[in-house]
Amino acid sequence: MSVLFDILASVGMWEAVLRIATPLILGTLGVLLCERVGVLNLGIEGIMTFGAMIGWLTVYGGGDLWTGLLVAAAAGAMFGLLHALLTVPLGLSQHVTGLGITLFAASFSYYVFRLAVPTASSPPTIEPFRPLAVPFLSDLPFLGPVLFTQTAPTYLALVLVAAIAWGLYRTPLGLAVRMAGENPHALDAQGVDPILLRIGAIMAGSALMGMAGAFLTTAAFNSFFPTMVQGRGWICVALVVFASWRPERALLGALLFAFFDAFQLRLQTVVDGVPYQLFLMLPYLLSILALVLMARRARVPQALMQPYRRGER
Amino acid sequence: MTRVLELEGITKRFGAVTANDDVSLHLERGEIVALLGENGAGKTTLMSILFGHYTADSGTVRVDGQELPPGRSRAAIQAGVGMVHQHFALAPNLTVLDNVLTGTEPLWKPRSDRAGGREKLVGLARRFGLKVDPDARVSDLSVGECQRVEILKALYNDARILILDEPTAVLTAQEAEGLFATLRQMTQRGLSLIFISHKLGEVMAAADRVVVLRHGRVVAERRKVHTSKEELAELMVGRAVKRPTRPPATPGELLLEGVDLHLAGKGGASLKGASFHLRAGETLGIIGVSGNGQTTLAGLVSGLYPPDVGKLLIEGHRPPRHDVPHAIAAGIGRIPEDRNAEGAIGDMTTWENVVLERIWSPDYSTRGLVRRDAARATTEAILRDYDVRGARVDGRIRLLSGGNMQKLILGRVLSADPRIVVAAQPSRGLDEGAIAGVHERLLEARSRGAGVLLISEDLEEVMALSDRIMAIVGGRLSPAIPAERATQQLLGLMMAGDWSTLDDIAAEGVHAV
Repeated sequence: MSVLFDILASVGMWEAVLRIATPLILGTLGVLLCERVGVLNLGIEGIMTFGAMIGWLTVYGGGDLWTGLLVAAAAGAMFGLLHALLTVPLGLSQHVTGLGITLFAASFSYYVFRLAVPTASSPPTIEPFRPLAVPFLSDLPFLGPVLFTQTAPTYLALVLVAAIAWGLYRTPLGLAVRMAGENPHALDAQGVDPILLRIGAIMAGSALMGMAGAFLTTAAFNSFFPTMVQGRGWICVALVVFASWRPERALLGALLFAFFDAFQLRLQTVVDGVPYQLFLMLPYLLSILALVLMARRARVPQALMQPYRRGER
Repeated sequence: MTRVLELEGITKRFGAVTANDDVSLHLERGEIVALLGENGAGKTTLMSILFGHYTADSGTVRVDGQELPPGRSRAAIQAGVGMVHQHFALAPNLTVLDNVLTGTEPLWKPRSDRAGGREKLVGLARRFGLKVDPDARVSDLSVGECQRVEILKALYNDARILILDEPTAVLTAQEAEGLFATLRQMTQRGLSLIFISHKLGEVMAAADRVVVLRHGRVVAERRKVHTSKEELAELMVGRAVKRPTRPPATPGELLLEGVDLHLAGKGGASLKGASFHLRAGETLGIIGVSGNGQTTLAGLVSGLYPPDVGKLLIEGHRPPRHDVPHAIAAGIGRIPEDRNAEGAIGDMTTWENVVLERIWSPDYSTRGLVRRDAARATTEAILRDYDVRGARVDGRIRLLSGGNMQKLILGRVLSADPRIVVAAQPSRGLDEGAIAGVHERLLEARSRGAGVLLISEDLEEVMALSDRIMAIVGGRLSPAIPAERATQQLLGLMMAGDWSTLDDIAAEGVHAV
């Protein structure tokens, strides 16, 4: 028991939670934006991989870290545009298109990576984002290192949660976004074009997915390898359901998952005689449990996965 | 009077089909115009052009003398045209206020003025007598309330011209009356209205002027005071339509008997002790305001749910199990109330829909394999005999119009020669020609010796088809009266739960038999 307590009391553990949560927060917000306008985006896993690669490559090629993040977001938006064009005006299956984009983007990432770095046997590294201590606040005991000594993209992710929550619930654009996912016919009848709105939101959401990937290579680690996203994209898809499609709950869900993940990592090192794979399973099992408990009350956007065509019901 | 709206020479083609052919109509301030026509006459297309959902091939729309740019809903809204859609354009997960505010502010405004919006909405609701709670979630509202929200949405956009597409299609008779009273008030405040309808009763009750559309053309225009239901029916259908009349009944043996049926909370309102009997060769009509247990009763009789208390006897026996297969095997045919949700599976083919209920019978399957040829042959026969238009045996059923879907369902049920037919709201939403067809088929089944249990809100229909009439109120059934004694007033009293005079009438009936 005291071992568990030691883990829970350590600053390092809690500081890791927010770091592990950051790509999940960004990715979940991305999925959330897409699904709020009624489009499932299973391209996330591949878009994150591509974002991780292109973000890293930009920095490796001499760009600064923010440029890397920005390029990753732009690349994400481009994949989003592809997904949007196929699923919105053409109304193709959102599952199939999304999975196709994931397969394509993941393989394409590795291809580009190999073109850029053909010879290296161990992945080359870059200088990643350094923790940024917020003046004064970072001096607080315990909370200081945990909350206020994170990297800049983590702060950005937290700001984005607030910004997207505000946007969705307080602005006319947010209301239109929600309406596009609930009843695009109603939106059209009020004179707003649901097609354009859907395309825009999917691009914005996919840009966040690209950034989520880039966080992995520019802040969490310092190099790229093709399998590094490791299902985080799928976790984001599940977290959106857990969050009932609400940004503030998406933050909560990402933190919860990150907590389990950080916890099991430390558990592996202190508990003997248990195969480490069991610990690896822990965050996923607990997420499934949380999903079962939460998802029953979720309010699914009514037009999710329904293509919109004018004059057709 | 000033003309607020003019449509001139509107023509719209979809492929080879001409939906609107050189249609012109106008609307004066404070006037209610009914656009009357059968399903498929082009009413909705015309209004969709006016509202910018479609672009006309030729013709112009003018509001207050200004021509509207084609194909832009926003322009129509800004010119003061509001549309109340038949299938409400509302988002059930959002609040009333959210639904009303959508699209009313510039999209890139950093903050939406919800307080101001709420104030305006509440003000409008009060001024026009359309009571709603702005913070209620739309999914919690009744159909009538949803319609109020739709109207408020248009008013919020400062509409001065309101287009209502079949506004009473989903309303109960009482709600419809309330709606037309409200609309009348609105015209006194300077609004002008067009409502689309195929119901002669409401057109005569509510409109100042009637424009009749048939096959995409305006065939007539009449002031209400200069016309009659009969004339309008003929203009709308293009020939004299007569609903069939009921030949005298020859009641035979007892087919179906419900004894003190109780059933709580299944498919709507509860049954609280309903008793009735139905003989061969007669029609028992059950009237009532919706939500009094008629849906539950229909479901119980067709085997969907067993009663909590009481028993249902089919030809004197209790079926071995109370479920749908046994009900079908016992000879009960069911024409469900909601044909799209319960009567047909839209994405399956016509033949699949026809045989699905009896797929296990040896007629349609052997050794676990479907006998497609037999199924197709039956379907073809039904399409022919019941005059189902626009259907293909292997086509998806979703594309059928309401009237043709209902013909197909009638065909499916009646071609199996059921002993008992349960028909719930069989002509709801159908146009005049289709209604006559449905009535004819139900009378045919009766003369063939079937017992027909007709559950309907439409008093005219019940009076025309039934031999005996009961009212359902709060899950109980009134004593039955012979149809000859039925008047609108008496039926109204019965539906309101005043049964004081009925026992005498029922007793007379017994002596007469």
